[in-house]
Amino acid sequence: MSEIKNTNKMSTFDITKIRNDFPVLSQKIYGKPLIYFDNGATTQKPRVVIDIINKLHSEHNSNVHRGVHYLSDQMTQMYESARKKVQNYLNARVYQEIIFTKGVTDSINTVAYSFGEAYIKDNDEIIVSEMEHHSNIVPWQMMCKRKGAKLKVIPFDDKGGLLLDEYKKLINSKTKLVAVVHVSNSLGTINPVKEIVAIAHENNVPVLIDGAQAIQHGKIDVQDIDCDFYAFSGHKIYGPTGIGILYGKERWLQEMSPYQGGGDMIERVTFEHTTYDDLPFKFEAGTPNYIGAIGLGVALDYLTSIGLDNIKNYEKKLLEYGTTKLLALSGLKLYGTAENKICIFSFLLNNSHPYDVGVFLDRMGIAVRTGHHCTQPLWGHYKVEGSVRASLAFYNTLEEIDYFYEALKKIQKMFNE
Amino acid sequence: MNIQETQEEIINEFKNFENWMDKYNYLIKLGKGLPPMDSKCKTEDNIIKGCQVKTWFHSTFKEGRVFYDIDSISIIIKGFIALLIKTLSGQKPEDIKNTDLYFIDRIGLRENFSPLRANSLWKLVNRIKSDATLYCNK
Repeated sequence: MSEIKNTNKMSTFDITKIRNDFPVLSQKIYGKPLIYFDNGATTQKPRVVIDIINKLHSEHNSNVHRGVHYLSDQMTQMYESARKKVQNYLNARVYQEIIFTKGVTDSINTVAYSFGEAYIKDNDEIIVSEMEHHSNIVPWQMMCKRKGAKLKVIPFDDKGGLLLDEYKKLINSKTKLVAVVHVSNSLGTINPVKEIVAIAHENNVPVLIDGAQAIQHGKIDVQDIDCDFYAFSGHKIYGPTGIGILYGKERWLQEMSPYQGGGDMIERVTFEHTTYDDLPFKFEAGTPNYIGAIGLGVALDYLTSIGLDNIKNYEKKLLEYGTTKLLALSGLKLYGTAENKICIFSFLLNNSHPYDVGVFLDRMGIAVRTGHHCTQPLWGHYKVEGSVRASLAFYNTLEEIDYFYEALKKIQKMFNE
Repeated sequence: MNIQETQEEIINEFKNFENWMDKYNYLIKLGKGLPPMDSKCKTEDNIIKGCQVKTWFHSTFKEGRVFYDIDSISIIIKGFIALLIKTLSGQKPEDIKNTDLYFIDRIGLRENFSPLRANSLWKLVNRIKSDATLYCNK
């Protein structure tokens, strides 16, 4: 089957057309137009992604890799073509460096286990940051417990910027890996990952980057960053759920053993011994989520057709407009004010509990997230339990920010009466 | 007043509200008026597990009746707690266990009230019922 063709690259950023590409955005919630500001949790899907999933199930479904028949061969080609799309999107050197996983959590657990088994011993150290999502803390804690290693933490300043001088002090001969988030899901900070990697590499320490909140906001070039591992999830980049990516430099992936065994990842199995297949398959035990992978490929094509620079520039406008607007609300405390950040507004409103604010916003048709956003240690820094988080995407508008601002004013009035 | 009579009273009260905003405002008012929980009862063990919002539950059993001390960090949930306490506190455990809390549907909160959709308050209701079951055998 030929590749699914996407629209030609747009010369201008047409927000009306873009919004029409996302069917979910046209609905009403409690009779009010949906304002979807929960893109940090998951992004909506463009019609091309919805259509390809439906089409694959309706016309092409067959398991990949092991079939001699027509449908299986077709599906295998599309699945492997999706891998090459991801390779191109990340500018990975070879397709063997692209592993399909269930998502970032699965990707990080894979490295935590496989890298841990291969290289970590008693008293070794792993460095993470204070702003990590739990999925970039817990797998390392589990690994540290298993191997007798220790977790070290890079602190951040009150604006939400990592303290690189403190980071430099943490690296020593015991450090075996640095695992940091590219963009904070709670604060929006874009971390200087290239510099973080360079510092680690000066000390011969490999680096894993959690790209869950970065991949959808601009160009990611893993060769330029020079990271050793990069993880992201399909559903946060307008693709399907249940599919994710682990990029790993070939030298590490070759040396590491898989942490899951099963079908599809073997070369030869006897009751005495098993040899593994080559990369990338040795890390993809069992039937993969091939439809999710192909859907992800279509999502990447879609974003490319819009233009990653267009998306970045438009989202910057949303961020600037929204920041000015929200800071004008007295009683609103914004968390995450680093200079380099994505369009996330994490805040508390007067003394109101985030949950209560979220309940009211919901009733006004505005979808936000409230709570700790799976970053409890981060909120420990500020000595609060969490925030209201509005996370915007390139299909959001300035008018939606205006409505959001008015809604917050109403809520303030209600709670303070 | 028995449980059914209190439920009818709450339903009648809510009939006065024309829209969701008025209902929410009333819940906020009730929440603000909920007596503070005895700080000694705000223990880790008394936190209701699985609630999206931290909520503490404590009950006492006196002369065949159950009395509640419940608190939450959410003002809206506190408002709802005030309604539950009004309905159930001071009642017999077997009545609490067997009661159908139909007022929740009748005041129009189930469909339009995210704390209910999020299961947080059902966890509280379930806790009240399982707690009453324990007292039934005393």
